[in-house]
Amino acid sequence: MPQRFLDLLEALGYNFFTGVPCSLFEGVTRILDREPRYGYVSAVREDSALAIAAGAHLGGRQPVVLMQNSGLGVSVNAIVSLNQIYGIPALIVVSWRGQPAGSGEQAPQDWRMDAPEHIIMGGVTRPFLDLLKIPFAVFDPATIEQDLASLTQTMRETRKPVALVVPKGMLQ
Amino acid sequence: MKRYEAVARVADRVQQGALTVVCNGMIGREVFAHRDLPTQFYMIGSMGLASSIGLGLALVQPERTVVVFDGDGNVLMGMGALASIAAEAPPNLYHIVFDNAAHGSTGDQRTISDRVPLEDVALAAGYHHTQRITELDEVDDAMAELFSEPGPAMLLIEVERGNQPGIGRVEPTPPELTARFRRVVQGVSAASE
Repeated sequence: MPQRFLDLLEALGYNFFTGVPCSLFEGVTRILDREPRYGYVSAVREDSALAIAAGAHLGGRQPVVLMQNSGLGVSVNAIVSLNQIYGIPALIVVSWRGQPAGSGEQAPQDWRMDAPEHIIMGGVTRPFLDLLKIPFAVFDPATIEQDLASLTQTMRETRKPVALVVPKGMLQ
Repeated sequence: MKRYEAVARVADRVQQGALTVVCNGMIGREVFAHRDLPTQFYMIGSMGLASSIGLGLALVQPERTVVVFDGDGNVLMGMGALASIAAEAPPNLYHIVFDNAAHGSTGDQRTISDRVPLEDVALAAGYHHTQRITELDEVDDAMAELFSEPGPAMLLIEVERGNQPGIGRVEPTPPELTARFRRVVQGVSAASE
C-alpha cells in the first residue's frame, strides 16, 4: 500500500514531499527516503515542514507534508497565519496515534490503548481539524482513491490545506 | 547603524531577479516601505518560518538566487531551520540577519542573541560561509562577498534597537502577495523553458 499511495499522490499532481516521520506511515517514509527522485526533505519540526512546503508551492510545486498528529499542535500557527491567510495549499498526511476505540470522539482514559502522550491528542484529532477548518478524510483502503481525488479538488479550489488522517495499520 | 538604513542598503544590493522572502514584523514593513517588488514575499504572521520558506523555494528553484531577510528573534524561534538549510545545502540560498538583540516589533524586549552568536550557530550547523558586520559602510563589500560564493551562507548585520517612525504596514493582502509572487516565479520559469 505505501507505494500505491505514493503513486496515487503523484497521479494527482503532488510533486514535493517533506515532513516529520511517524511509525504509522513508516512504509511511506522508507520509500521517500530511499528514492532520491522524490526529493524528500526530512524536516526538524512540523511547522518548519509546512513552511518548507509553502516555499515549494511559491516555487510552483504541489506539496505533501507528512506528520504525526502530535505535530498538529506544533503546526497551528503555521496553518492559520501562513497557509490559510496566504492561500497556500498542502496535503497534510497526519497519523492518528491515540485513536479512540469505537466511534467516540473522547478518548477513554485507558493508558494501555497507546503511549500516554498520544491519548489526549488522539481523542481530539478530528474536532481539532474541524476547529481549524481543515477539510479531511480518514484513510480507508476501499475509498482512498476517490477520497484523495476529492480532497485534492477541495485543496485546489480553496487554496488551503486539507488533511488525510491515517489510522494504525494503513501505511506501515 | 539604524535597522532601516541597513535594510534599505541590503535590499538595494540584492541582484535583480533574485527571489526574496522577508520575515514578519518591522523588517518586512521596512523592506516594503523602502521599495516594493513582486519578487519580494513578505511574511505577516508565522514568526520563525521565513528561512524554512526560503529553503523550500531554493530547493525547487535551483536556477534562481533566493535571499531571506530575517531577524534575530525569528532565527532563534526557528533555529532548527538552520540545521535543515545546512543539511539540504542549497547553493542558491543566502540568509541575511538583522540583529538588534531585541524583539523590535513588540517593544524592543531583549532576545538572547547578544550571548548566542547566530552566525556561529549557522556555521556550526554547516552553512558554507558566514560573516558579521557592524557598520553601514561595510554592507556593500559584505553583500558582494556574500554572493561571490555558493551558499548556503549567512550575513549577520548588527543594528541598533528602535523603529523608524512612519513605516506603514505591507499593503497587498496575503493572497495577493502569494499570487503575484507565484506569477513572477512561474513567468520566468515558463519563459526559460
